[in-house]
Amino acid sequence: MTRVIRVLVAKPGLDGHDRGAKVVARALRDAGMEVIYTGLHATPEEIAEAAVQEDVDVVGLSILSGAHRTLVPKVVELVKKKGKEDVIFVAGGIIPEDDIPFLQEHGVSGVFGPGTPLEDIATFIRSHVSAARG
Amino acid sequence: MDKRKHTTLSGIELKASYGPEDIGLDRNVAAEAPGTYPFTRGITPEMYREQLWVMGQYSGFASAEEANQRYRYLIEKGQTGFSIALDLPTQMGLDSDHPMAEGEVGRCGVAIDSLKDMEILLEGIPFEKVRQMRTTANAIAPIILAMIVAFAEKKGVDPNGINVLLQNDILKEYFCRGTFIFPPGPSVKLAVDVVEYCAKHLNRWTPMAICGYHIRDAGATAVQELAFTLADAIAYLDAAVKRGVEIDLFAPRLYQFLGAHIDLLEEVAKFRAARRLWAKLMKERYGARKPESLALRIFAYTLGGALTAEQPLNNIVRVTIETLGAVLGGVQTLATSSYDEALSIPTEEAVTVSLRTQQIVAYESGVTGTADPLGGSYAIEYLTNEIERQVNEYLQKIEAYGGAVPCIEKGFFQKELADSAYRFQRMIDSGERVIVGVNRFRDEARSKIPVFKVDPESELRVVERTRKVRQTRNNAAVKRALDGVKRAAEGGDNVIPSIIAAVKEYATLGEICDTLKSVYGSYKPVNIC
Repeated sequence: MTRVIRVLVAKPGLDGHDRGAKVVARALRDAGMEVIYTGLHATPEEIAEAAVQEDVDVVGLSILSGAHRTLVPKVVELVKKKGKEDVIFVAGGIIPEDDIPFLQEHGVSGVFGPGTPLEDIATFIRSHVSAARG
Repeated sequence: MDKRKHTTLSGIELKASYGPEDIGLDRNVAAEAPGTYPFTRGITPEMYREQLWVMGQYSGFASAEEANQRYRYLIEKGQTGFSIALDLPTQMGLDSDHPMAEGEVGRCGVAIDSLKDMEILLEGIPFEKVRQMRTTANAIAPIILAMIVAFAEKKGVDPNGINVLLQNDILKEYFCRGTFIFPPGPSVKLAVDVVEYCAKHLNRWTPMAICGYHIRDAGATAVQELAFTLADAIAYLDAAVKRGVEIDLFAPRLYQFLGAHIDLLEEVAKFRAARRLWAKLMKERYGARKPESLALRIFAYTLGGALTAEQPLNNIVRVTIETLGAVLGGVQTLATSSYDEALSIPTEEAVTVSLRTQQIVAYESGVTGTADPLGGSYAIEYLTNEIERQVNEYLQKIEAYGGAVPCIEKGFFQKELADSAYRFQRMIDSGERVIVGVNRFRDEARSKIPVFKVDPESELRVVERTRKVRQTRNNAAVKRALDGVKRAAEGGDNVIPSIIAAVKEYATLGEICDTLKSVYGSYKPVNIC
């Protein structure tokens, strides 16, 4: 039997808007995944640590404060440094379209802005995880 | 024929039409004239005929210089108030060179580390044209108060003459917005310090605006928005009264800060119900006697969460409808969102269109010519009564929990909001709730609009300035002043005078907050998801 997909939903930085993160977390859980939520104000180190401890397949980063260009590359780098090379990163929040290529260059597979149907996120994660697992 | 149930945005079921039987035969709507208790129809008899609402945009970014430029620009364009949006490190009591502040400085507001920044921020503002200067200071409200007082005194003007509105509502931060520093107990104490200090020394300021806006944007229904706001208000009012601050000394200056959502009829009813609920609460629970204590002043802000990233120009129309709802609901201050805010903080052009929207409603639409023009509509009166009834039901539940603070500590509010937000998103995904451009009438290609970018160099400038302030001030005097803050906090005294003294010595926001943290501790959030 294949392992259930494990997702870490994280709120890096100081942004306190977690309505979206919580809604996505619950939707992924309803879609049959195991979801861990870091809570607010997680440091990149805490997120990387949780990703390793929880042995997740996916890390979802929610940022609405405009700090994504600083925080996202930091988290990706730290997770990889800890030996988890195969984690899939997705991001959501208030992220201008012009910044999406930058995030992709820094290891993010999918960026989901406001208005994304929940099912699209679940489908994206399923297909990427199954591709990664071969 | 469409057999679907018709409901308001918050799920209140609507009938095909309403008549006299729906608004209760015992209720004589006509007797509730605008300007009379319980102020359902407005706080003054003449409403906007006498004075338009304050038009004040929420703005601020980068360093004090850039934010100052935008305030002056918008005042020149005819806004009659403004709001200082603070960046997240500032709101959380961190100086700009704190490791947690990296990448966040100046992003969604302006960075204020010391009195030096405040002096630059307010330089040259024509205060005679500013009917209200708001600021999103909650956990740090005592420090921002102190900085404004110190700025005014240095300039030789009376601080009480600047029309300041401090948000100073910490409770909603624990379950909606996240910019808390200390645990709820000491935080409420600090909020009441501000209320008490203002009642004595700054009696023209608004010492607190109890917020429903953020509750709504975190996923609440209109009913939850009002119920949780009132529950928070009760926590502050009880604490202030317990301390011996007389209700009629500060209640007239309070505001409620509510969201203006897209469901026009429900929102008009919500603002009307908010005033009636407040008037009864003030009279029945607190025994307030001054009419100004009973008449609720409302600041409304069009809801950020109602904006879409798809087809962004459509947001101008949404904001127009929300503006109309607020104005027909009789609010005293209004801030409007810009069409590009689902993408970034607004460009100058977008924020100007947003201000123009208010001006068109004010000067062209005709809705300002008579007070409470929708009053007496069967549907509006029914919704007003229904919202009031449901809010009271909720309040009983909250009281049974022991009030707002236990509800937050046990995660009750968080759970209720998460449930509502999830339910709402599911309705959008299933198409039950239509959002144009998002789940119906989509365009394949994304429309491109210019997006505002904060100059990344501004973070370095702010950090540099703060380092220089720390080098050039009298550090022995700063230490003495910070010791004074610590003594006041330890002794349970009102901390405001000691913070004013520290700010005047150019103690930084981070230093003052660290001092308070050493006494009060820090808050670790409850995770409900």
